Amino acid sequence: MRRLATLPLLMVGISIISFLLLNFAPGDAAEITLKRQNSGISPSKEAVAALRQELGLDASLPVRYGRWVSDAVRGDLGESYRTGSSISGELFRRMPATLLLATTALALAVAVGIPLGILAAVKRGTWLDTACRMLALVGAAIPSYVMAPALMLLFAVKLDWLPAIGYGSPEQLILPAVALSFGTMAQLMRLTRASVLEILGQDYMRTARAKGLTETVIVWRHGLKNALLPVVTVLGTSTGYLLGGAIIIETIFGWPGVGQFMITGITQRDYPVVQGFVVYIAVIFLLVNLIVDISYRWLDPRLHFDRQAT
Amino acid sequence: MEGIPGQTARRPSALDRMRQDPGAILGFIIVAAAILTAFLAPWLPLNDPTDLNLDNRLLPPSAEFLLGTDHLGRDELSRIIFGARFTLLMAGSTVAIIMLIALVVGSLSGYYGGWIDISLMLVVDLLLAFPSLILGVAVAGILGPSLINVMIAVSIVWWASHARVIRGMVLAARQREYVEAARAIGASDRRIVVFHISRNILGPFVVLATLDMGWIILGIAGLSFLGLGAQPPTPEWGAMLNDSRSYMQTSPLLLLAPGSAIFLLVLGFNLLGDGIRDMLDTTTYR
Repeated sequence: MRRLATLPLLMVGISIISFLLLNFAPGDAAEITLKRQNSGISPSKEAVAALRQELGLDASLPVRYGRWVSDAVRGDLGESYRTGSSISGELFRRMPATLLLATTALALAVAVGIPLGILAAVKRGTWLDTACRMLALVGAAIPSYVMAPALMLLFAVKLDWLPAIGYGSPEQLILPAVALSFGTMAQLMRLTRASVLEILGQDYMRTARAKGLTETVIVWRHGLKNALLPVVTVLGTSTGYLLGGAIIIETIFGWPGVGQFMITGITQRDYPVVQGFVVYIAVIFLLVNLIVDISYRWLDPRLHFDRQAT
Repeated sequence: MEGIPGQTARRPSALDRMRQDPGAILGFIIVAAAILTAFLAPWLPLNDPTDLNLDNRLLPPSAEFLLGTDHLGRDELSRIIFGARFTLLMAGSTVAIIMLIALVVGSLSGYYGGWIDISLMLVVDLLLAFPSLILGVAVAGILGPSLINVMIAVSIVWWASHARVIRGMVLAARQREYVEAARAIGASDRRIVVFHISRNILGPFVVLATLDMGWIILGIAGLSFLGLGAQPPTPEWGAMLNDSRSYMQTSPLLLLAPGSAIFLLVLGFNLLGDGIRDMLDTTTYR
């Protein structure tokens, strides 16, 4: 398994990129920390130099990287420049909100996109197929930051059916989740349609038809399992896309997740927060892709044959 | 259908096929209209897009301001049209940078193989290990808010997947007879890559670039929406969307205008890209 073999290498790479990210950021950690402690008054040069030494900031780049990694592995992603509180603690507190949003959006995209894709392929050429293809085109061209305010305008401001912002109740989850899932839903639908269409033209499907099975049985028993395999592979990418989109959606809807934390970090030039967020999400994304990869191999027996053959 | 003896009817050419594709025509019209309007913007009878007038703030559409005015009394229509200029210029140059990096890296990797291939693809794998929007936001955020930094951030996160695609195409092209023939007559590596392989992967390359325009427009506008890109008073669609959120209740047009502009232009490029792909891809021709 190539993925498992490259996993440690990717982990090291991710850590190097994330470390360099903060290293390139403007501002000196010691100076910023002292300024915060002195309530905004610029500290003396000596005080900054002393703290730099204490924090180990004057060490060479590889040494600092080594220290940072050994802290990060133990779950310590440093402290916020602004509040001085632990970044991993804050990420941990906010993660459930983001996970709730992202998994609801993914579930919505899967529950609507895949059945619509199957339907469009089976009813190829009908008005239903046309409508689905239009929806796919529209979904790919409307970004979440247009969709979200538009939904808010319609359902919260004009119709007053749903709350515009906030976190906690199921009603407050609906608009952000729909806005986040729309693009992914359209993409899954397009992919499922293409995949089912391809499978329907395969020889074994013709054999099944020749045996006299009804079209419904053919599609459900023989077609879907094979058609959905390529769809499974993009679920990893979709998760990454949804986690990225969550940054925007959380900002719009005042959703107290990790994305909002990161954007606040950027606007306040709180770079360790940005760095911590990137590491955190990259590791989650890596694990999701690993799970997708493993389940794909498990679902597709042909891949086992390949391995035995070589 | 092809190759049937006695069949004399002319096989439809690529352009004929594109003419029969209403989606591609629509895409072409949208993109052409946007480019033309954006190009002509300075000569059109429009108000200055950055001219503030607080007496005119949040006006509804009128003869003077066809789409009304924004929260600082600026003409919304001229901001949308000048916004098209920024969007097309930035997305166009970003796509050019991305494709150039991808072409160089992909060709080196695919043509030479060996340790060059392994190390370049490791960098690609590494960049793809991050969700692209998240790395883009982080890089743009750390570089500081500006349009140039957004272009840099988008280029950094976006070239990797294309480099892999181009590597695959070069790898396949390398084994073809025409490359063998070129090598046999003593062509240099550079000449083979630049003249023979590049020319033969041009089609998929154009499709990739056209479809990319849509993604890059969305990415740049998204980062600007988050306040990382265009700074006031630049008329940029993502930034305009962000500004309009506070006034959506009273002036929904300020939200709908840039939103529709982004949607239409991205739709146009996507339709055009799909159309060009179908046109070049003879396997879907039946």
